[in-house]
Amino acid sequence: MAAMNSSDTKPERRRRGRRSPLASVALVLTGLLITGGAYALMSAAAPANASVDLSSAQSIQQGKKLFAANCATCHGLDLAGSSSGPSLIGVGAAAVDFQVGTGRMPLAQDAPQAEVKPRVFDETQTLQMAAYVASISPGPGIPASSNLTLTGDATKGAELFRINCAMCHNVAGAGGALTEGKYAPNLMNTTPAHIYEAMLTGPQNMPVFNDQNITPQEKQDIITALKTQNKDAGVGGFELGSLGPVAEGLFIWIFGLGAVVAFTVWLTAKGH
Amino acid sequence: MASNEPTDIVPADDHGTTFTDPGTAVERADAFQNPGLPPHQLRVTDKDPKAAKRAERVIVLLFYVSVIGSVFAMAAYFAFPIKPNDLGSVRLNNVFIGLGLAFALLAIGIAAIHWSKALMDDHEGIDIRHPVAGPPPVQARAVEIFRQADRESGFNRRVLIRNGMIAAIAALPFPAIFLFRDLAPAAGTPAEAYSHTLWKQGTRLTKDPTGDPILASDVTIGSVFHVIPDGLLKSDDMLEEKGKAAVLLMRLEPGDLHVSPDRKTWNYDGIVAYSKICTHVGCPVALYEQQTHHLLCPCHQSQFDITREAAVIFGPAVRPLPQLPITVDSEGYLVAQSDFHEPVGPSFWERRGDYNV
Repeated sequence: MAAMNSSDTKPERRRRGRRSPLASVALVLTGLLITGGAYALMSAAAPANASVDLSSAQSIQQGKKLFAANCATCHGLDLAGSSSGPSLIGVGAAAVDFQVGTGRMPLAQDAPQAEVKPRVFDETQTLQMAAYVASISPGPGIPASSNLTLTGDATKGAELFRINCAMCHNVAGAGGALTEGKYAPNLMNTTPAHIYEAMLTGPQNMPVFNDQNITPQEKQDIITALKTQNKDAGVGGFELGSLGPVAEGLFIWIFGLGAVVAFTVWLTAKGH
Repeated sequence: MASNEPTDIVPADDHGTTFTDPGTAVERADAFQNPGLPPHQLRVTDKDPKAAKRAERVIVLLFYVSVIGSVFAMAAYFAFPIKPNDLGSVRLNNVFIGLGLAFALLAIGIAAIHWSKALMDDHEGIDIRHPVAGPPPVQARAVEIFRQADRESGFNRRVLIRNGMIAAIAALPFPAIFLFRDLAPAAGTPAEAYSHTLWKQGTRLTKDPTGDPILASDVTIGSVFHVIPDGLLKSDDMLEEKGKAAVLLMRLEPGDLHVSPDRKTWNYDGIVAYSKICTHVGCPVALYEQQTHHLLCPCHQSQFDITREAAVIFGPAVRPLPQLPITVDSEGYLVAQSDFHEPVGPSFWERRGDYNV
């Protein structure tokens, strides 16, 4: 009796459980959580600071091999550049770390400007190539971690940012359009090291801000200001991407005026 | 209609075609005929008591939604207090109090409109506009009041007093004209003030905002410096002067520059300085692309080509950015050779047209 009971009810419950619409939702959720969790773990593990001695002959040798295999087609075996890529003489380790570390290089396609992509080379390989490029001719080096401590003067940094950077990168660091498809990228998720290297080397159409123009301390102030600003919650409602009057104007034209028009139509419509 | 007397609401059927526009001297034969109002149509709520009941319930519900919104706003004041030094708490406080009040107000408005549209009597009526002129007895009384006031005040009898009063009132606005003169520059005309900046021979180029002088050797190729004249930070009207004197300093390969014969000495080894004030409507032009050497104005997308002396290559600006002639002093710092050779910024009424000819 007991056996019959169990065999009667169990499949019943099971069938219902599997057919429940919530089951598929739960399945998808579980899958997403596992994938997301694994991705978060992997990406958190990736930038573990690989230590590469930039001056050692071994890393330079490794970097030379990587460079010859992956970069020399455009930049030339002797770094002198070609019709498809600029010369890398004097760009320094900072430029390599920025361009390869943000995934901009190697270039995926001929476009108005190189875009941020998932990086192709890991930290060690990037630093080895940086060591090789820096060994050919001196240039700006990778900033020391003591320059990236985010302990600068955020007020001063914000003023410097408004004067030197905000016209292209937007006052909130949200980025902005330039000419003919080029753009100044969003800085909100850029690492302090990459922001520092970009100022130092002037990648692509960004001008150079060398240490005489913006001193290392001032660079640290700017990065501190940017990171402080990103951390603070806004108090004025939706930020709409912090893009300023264009996004806000578009929003109010479409939704604000749309609501006004809809209300007006309803107000004047005859009751029926 | 027989009478011109103000009337109350008259039934729609009575709305006359008898009124003619007093400004129409000639009645056209094919004048547009007033079609009158369309026949009155009953609403669903007039015909169906159930619908009327439903509308009533909706309206009552909306009014109570409004009450809930008000209570919610009060509760939110306590539930999401503003904590010192916590901007996130300000945001929550604003959002929830605002939402409560928005629902409270919106629900009252929607309920009132719905009430009037669905349930209140909707028979069309015409409220005839009152004639502008009052009836003769009212007009006579008004004239009488004026006469009496004139008699009692002696306004037309004591002409000297009246004229004195008119003179006093007429003179009163004149001091304002002299006060407004202070809005214009103290020395010279506004046109002269527009035409000159703080730059003069030997003024050092300094960094914005620190005011530190710039060594020519520090300006590497591809660099951009945002420049203000030395002494600007100590000047009395700093912002007005900065608005005219701001300069963008760039270094290009000297071979990339196309220099006209009369500007041969204006750059220093590929270092060029241009006014940062757009010649269109005066926005700061500082979006410099170091590979294309184009300078973009963010306001209206004017583009200037720095290799060709800031010639306009796109957009609404019509004149190139004025160039500041620069050189170095004995210590190697960048200095101006002179002021700009033309007024910076957008055109103004008295600007000579021949500066760039």
